[in-house]
Formats: sequence, structure tokens, C-alpha cells
Amino acid sequence: MTPMVDAQNVYKSFGALDVLRGVTLSVQPGEVMCLIGPSGSGKSTFLRCINHLEQINAGRLYVDGELVGYVERGNVLHEMSLRKAARQRRDIGMVFQRFNLFPHVTALGNITMAVIHVKKTPKKQATARAAELLDMVGLSHKAHAYPAQMSGGQLQRVAIARALAMDPKLMLFDEPTSALDPELVGEVLEVMKKLADDGMTMIVVTHEMGFAREVADSLVFMDNGVVVEAGDPRTVLTAPQHKRTQEFLAKVV
Amino acid sequence: MAAAQGNLGRVPGDEVPPPPERIRAKPLRHPGRTAWAAVIVFSLFLFIYGAATNAAYDWDTYFQYLFDQRFWQAAGITLLLTVLSMVLGVTLGVILAVMRLTPNRIMQSVSWGYVWIFRGTPVYVQLVFWGLFSTIYPRLDFGIPFVEQFFTIETAAFAENVFWLAVIGLSLNEAAYMAEIVRGGIQSVDEGQSEAATALGMSRALALRLVILPQAMRAIIPPTGNEVISMLKTTSLVTAVPYTFDLYARARDLSVETFNPVPMLLIASTWYLLFTSILMVGQHYLERHFARGASRIMSDRQLQALADAEDDNLLKDAK
Repeated sequence: MTPMVDAQNVYKSFGALDVLRGVTLSVQPGEVMCLIGPSGSGKSTFLRCINHLEQINAGRLYVDGELVGYVERGNVLHEMSLRKAARQRRDIGMVFQRFNLFPHVTALGNITMAVIHVKKTPKKQATARAAELLDMVGLSHKAHAYPAQMSGGQLQRVAIARALAMDPKLMLFDEPTSALDPELVGEVLEVMKKLADDGMTMIVVTHEMGFAREVADSLVFMDNGVVVEAGDPRTVLTAPQHKRTQEFLAKVV
Repeated sequence: MAAAQGNLGRVPGDEVPPPPERIRAKPLRHPGRTAWAAVIVFSLFLFIYGAATNAAYDWDTYFQYLFDQRFWQAAGITLLLTVLSMVLGVTLGVILAVMRLTPNRIMQSVSWGYVWIFRGTPVYVQLVFWGLFSTIYPRLDFGIPFVEQFFTIETAAFAENVFWLAVIGLSLNEAAYMAEIVRGGIQSVDEGQSEAATALGMSRALALRLVILPQAMRAIIPPTGNEVISMLKTTSLVTAVPYTFDLYARARDLSVETFNPVPMLLIASTWYLLFTSILMVGQHYLERHFARGASRIMSDRQLQALADAEDDNLLKDAK
């Protein structure tokens, strides 16, 4: 089976700063992977490379068997056209730490905008689907509310619905609960758990060890731009093999 | 709740005690403020009384010419100059702002150079240059440079149309200012917005149109309103082209004709002020339109929807 994400020795640097220094990992369809690690370890950058918000410098990165951001002809890599890159991103949903909802449109408008203008779905159909998704995240009553009128937990749930509306084959979560009040974290994790149960392929950068233990199929600990340790979440969390993993977990748990 | 009422020991469900007697204090006096207000109001009265009785203002002539056909026609032309110059100026300004923000260095430099020249020289001087256009460039050749010309335009015919030279002069100058206003507006939008749009598969152009510009408008509208009002008054400089059918030129013509400049200037000012006032009203409504989503206060329709949803929940609980 083709892995949904296949990273082979991925490097990424910003100027003189090497952020990713040879990341190799793969995610199977239907798998939920949690990425943990200290800040600055490169986990968010890796996530952003997967949907080509950042361009990798070395190695190969495939999503669903297709090279991300480059086109390979013969043995030569060509930069991908902007149009093709946008086409690739359509199938990858992304949820941001700071929600990044569009403040000038309602919750419903946020969800339908790209569906109507990028996927060219008729407005009526897009709205019906958006209503379903709002119901799924428990926010039907907020359809006509603007982002400024919602709580952080509600905003993040709308953001998840917005990403799902594009029918992605892969969902990326970049610290989805880090900007939330503690009492609002649960409602977002619950929606994510529901998604995982429905078989969505997910990569989640998180500090929620409880979520990792309960929902993830695999856990990856990154530090300093490399994968230090990976495996079954319960094993990694209870009996970490590497000293750096042990130190990190001792601090956060 | 309990703490707010000062009854910390109160158990929820207890009867709420009646609030204490409402405070009725004597208001504080401000004798200084009152005295100053009286001085200012009296000075204002003196000025108005002086203006009404000063023969130099010649109010009879003012009212005689206020709605004179020659004046309202010139006012219409001034308005047309303003609208055309602003539409062209805003369009070109948006293009220049987007050029300035592309990753393309050449585009950035061209945009920067344009703003440098057109904002850095007086609009009056620019208008004189446009008046001299056919002297500087008598012929415009179209074809392959240095090799073969396909056709040629004699600019003299074009230069006779002074009205359009004035519009071009005003709008090219305005574009430089608008470019900076639009650029500031676009840059005021959070970076996460274009990132979210990109992640949803939008192209740069689509993200700009659907996500970035509508939000930038909140920062763009107020200074643009300023620009429109400023443009209305700047049209009085088109005499430099020389174009002489606008409001101020007409006021000067009639001053010469009647040997009575003061009431003519007052009439021109009245018309300018009338248009400015109308523009201010328009700006108010535009600002309100683009403030959508900026407030946490809910509209009646939203509150109703929320109340309905809560009623539904109560019904569900009851069952």
C-alpha cells in the first residue's frame, strides 16, 4: 500500500539555520500520528513542508505517492508550478495553532469559501455540506456568527470543519489546542478523536500526551531537526529508550 | 453572582435581598468650563454678526449667483474630474501596491520608482507638464524600436482635449498616494490569513480578492476618504494644464466679470463644502460595510438564532 506521507531524509534550512536535518518517517492511510518534541525541534516546520507551505532543501517528500513541491523529470527536479502546488494543497487539510479563521465572513462563510471558489462546488451544495460539518463539530447554532463572536474552542472547531469541507485525504494539526484556555481543550480534542475514529489520516503536532496515548497509532519524538524515537505511543510514553526522550517526557508529564 | 452582591455566604437558590437605596449625590460644579464656554460662544456670535453685516461679503450678490447655471455646471465638472481621477487613481494604486508586494524585484523597483517620482514632485508642476505633453512628444510611434514603425499618432490632436489631460495628471499623481495606502492596508492583515488561504488551495490572486483585500479595506477606507476630499479640492489646480471650466476657475471668471470677487469665492466654497459633506456621509456607510465581523456585539438576527437554539436545547432537556 502506498503510504499517505513518505518522508525520506528531509532537510530544511532557513538561511544558515538548519531546522530539519534528515527526517525519515512514513504515515499509512488511516493512521493517526502524534509529533512531540521541545519547541524549536522542527516539528511544525516538518508539518508545513508536507503541504508545501515551506519548500524542502534535500531529500524526498511524497504525499499519496506524489512528490511534494517538485516535479521529477528524468533525474532532474523542477520547481512545481504555482497552480499545481495549489492543486496539491487542496487535498491536504491544515489546522493552525492560532485558528486563522477569516474574520470578515461568518462561520458558514469560512467553511464554504474555498469549496465554492477553489473546488467550484455550487453554492447550495457547499452550504448544505457546511451545515452538516457544523453539526458534526457541534456548532450549528453559530453558523451565522463571525469569528470575533466565538470562543477559542469554537473557533478551532470551525477551523477543523473548514479544512474538512475540502474533503482532504490527510489532515495536519499544528498544535491545535496550544492557544486555548484549559477548559476549552477538551471540546477540540473530542472532535479530533471523532475524526480519528472515522478513519481520517492525521498528523498532529501536540503537547497533549493524554490524546497521544489514547488516540494516536504512532508517536514520534523529534529534537534538533531529527526523529529521535518513534513507535507505539504507550511504549514510547511509558518506557522511552533514548535519554533525550526521557528528559523531555520528565519535564512535560 | 453571590460575591458580586456582597453576600459571600449565600447559598444558590436563596432569595436575593433587595438592592440598597440608589445614590443621589449633588453634581460637581465646573465654573471654569462654564466661563470658557460662554466666552467662546460669544466670540462666535460676534464673528457671525460681523460676517452678516460686513458689506464686503455682499450677501445679496451671493444669493443672486449661488444657483446660477454657470456655477452649478462648473460644480458638475469639478465633481466629474474628482470621480474620474479617483477611479483611475485607485485602480492604478491597487496595481502598484500589488506590484510592490510581489516577490519580483523588477516589479517592486518599478512601483517604488513610480511612487518616488509622482509623490515627490508637486501636482501643480505635473499638471503643467501634461499641458506641455504635445510639445515634449509631438509624435508617438508604434512598432519595433529602431527598426520599423507601424503607425504614428500626432499628439497635437490628443492634446486639444485638455479635460482628459487634467484627469490623467490628477489620477497619475493620486495613484502614487493610493499605492502607499493600499500597501499599508494589505500589510496590516495578519500573515496567518494568507497562509490559511494558501493551505486551502487558493491561488495568490484568489486569496488577495477573497481574503486579504476585504480585510485590508478597513485600513484603506478612512485614508481613501481623505484622498477623495483632498482630490475634490486639488481639482482647483487644473488651471495649470490649463483647463478652465472647473468650479474655482469659474469663480475667478465671474469675479472679473462682476468686479466682485468675495461673494464668488464664497459661492465656490459653498459648493465644495456641499460635496465634501456628501462624501463624508458616503464614507460613513462604506466604513460600516467593511467593519463586518469586527465587533463582538451580535445583530438582532444572530441573537434571535442563539435564543432559538437555546430554546431547542431546553426542549430536548425537558424530554
